[in-house]
Amino acid sequence: MSMTAFGYVSPEQMMADRADYARKGIARGRSLIALSSQDGIVICAENTSGTLRKISEVYDRIAFAGAGKYIEFEQLRMGGVRHADFKGYYYSRRDVDAQTLANLYAQLLGLSFTQQGKPMEVEVLVTELGDTIQQDRMFHILFDGTINDRQNFAVIGGDTEPVRTRMEETWQPDATWPQALAKAVDALAGNERTLTAAGLEVGILERSKIGERTFRRLEDEEIAQMLSQA
Amino acid sequence: MQLPIFSPGEDPGPSFEGLLRALGETPNLTGIPTMGGVQAVHSSSKSSDLVLDFPHGTTVLALRSQDGVVLAGDRQATMGFQIGSRTIRKVFPAGSHAGVAIAGAAGQAVELVKFFQLSISHYEKLEGIALSLDGQANMLAQLVRGNFAQAVMSGLLVMPIFAGYDQSSGQGRIFEYDVTGGRYEEHEFVVAGSGSVHARTAVKLSHKPSHTTPETVKHALAALFWAADEDVATGGPDVLRGIYPTIAIITADGYSEMSEVGVADLFDEFLEQQDSIRKVGQPEDQLGEAP
Repeated sequence: MSMTAFGYVSPEQMMADRADYARKGIARGRSLIALSSQDGIVICAENTSGTLRKISEVYDRIAFAGAGKYIEFEQLRMGGVRHADFKGYYYSRRDVDAQTLANLYAQLLGLSFTQQGKPMEVEVLVTELGDTIQQDRMFHILFDGTINDRQNFAVIGGDTEPVRTRMEETWQPDATWPQALAKAVDALAGNERTLTAAGLEVGILERSKIGERTFRRLEDEEIAQMLSQA
Repeated sequence: MQLPIFSPGEDPGPSFEGLLRALGETPNLTGIPTMGGVQAVHSSSKSSDLVLDFPHGTTVLALRSQDGVVLAGDRQATMGFQIGSRTIRKVFPAGSHAGVAIAGAAGQAVELVKFFQLSISHYEKLEGIALSLDGQANMLAQLVRGNFAQAVMSGLLVMPIFAGYDQSSGQGRIFEYDVTGGRYEEHEFVVAGSGSVHARTAVKLSHKPSHTTPETVKHALAALFWAADEDVATGGPDVLRGIYPTIAIITADGYSEMSEVGVADLFDEFLEQQDSIRKVGQPEDQLGEAP
């Protein structure tokens, strides 16, 4: 081992190490799914905590979901609410959109990945409810600022591949939101596990409420009721 | 528009006003724009003239009922001896179980309501839990207080009333404010605006908090009618244009507004009962000899 190699890390190696670090942090958690249905967007996460939330309202038609390190995505969530409320106040409520917010998150995460002491161990999802299912928007932003525009459904956090595969098989455009919720829960659970309302966190953006605040958080009783019906 | 991320020491917390301040976007104490044009006009005219130059909202009231609260307001804004608007809204939702009604300088008042509504939802989103009714009432007091200096300098007074269903105590609650931000909770009813003297008398003679919501709605409509009957600045029901007062009902089920058709029907019913008015001016009712 020569002295010159000591302390030197190639840029490729540094990025790979950082990505590895962030990926490991995110994979420790559980996945969450957002999916479009006839009467709105359903977001469903595995979460045993009733207070430390992964899914939240950002604006009239926009919701936020985060996976990975809670305190880090919580900071991003608060920034998003502040951005949206300020923009809506300064211009108008119609001018607040998910794409702008997704770009801001991508910029911040990208900067954090290359320039901060440690990259943020988070993935976030910004969803916007459209007038029709075709107009629903889902932006998935990775820890390094990579931004993906998803259609129909999006899976983030944890071990996403098996969940995505299951969701791909069952997603249907004509499902009502309770049906969509049931499918999302099945996709999260897989064949070996059963998830109950107490271990789930669910938020919906309801198309019938367009014109006001469309986001609603479901209580455990309502989740249980919807799952038993579907 | 940036993504505002703050370090722990600089975090403005759940306050929207605090956020504006932190972003360096506070034009004045409350974050409510000072309306530059107003100040310019003010410097060249007497304060008493100015008061008449801007649209003013006129009569609003809140009545407690056994199920919650009824919040109502006429639709007219008045500028001096002119009608500023026939269709202005003075009653607005604030959070899921409360509403605010405004009398006073219309532009300022609408801005204040917008800011108040935004502050409530901003708090709820950041904290993940709705602000209590007391918290909302206090927040409004702070906004009115913040507006105080401007109110005194320019004569642009804003007089809100706040009403809501308190889910913790299971009852309707009503608050009035003075221009300095003083907050007063009342038991039976509150009124504000230029027609409030007449509305107050009408409410006093008919209403009790033990009344049901439908009864309370009728009392509120009658009070607005009598206020409009005596006060030129308050708008009565406009049958020709189909413009009727705004009536909001706030109960355990939340805030809801009556449809315009519903209010129109109630007014028709009310007017049918006012035979004594219709006779005034008829030949058989003349007091003296015709000249």
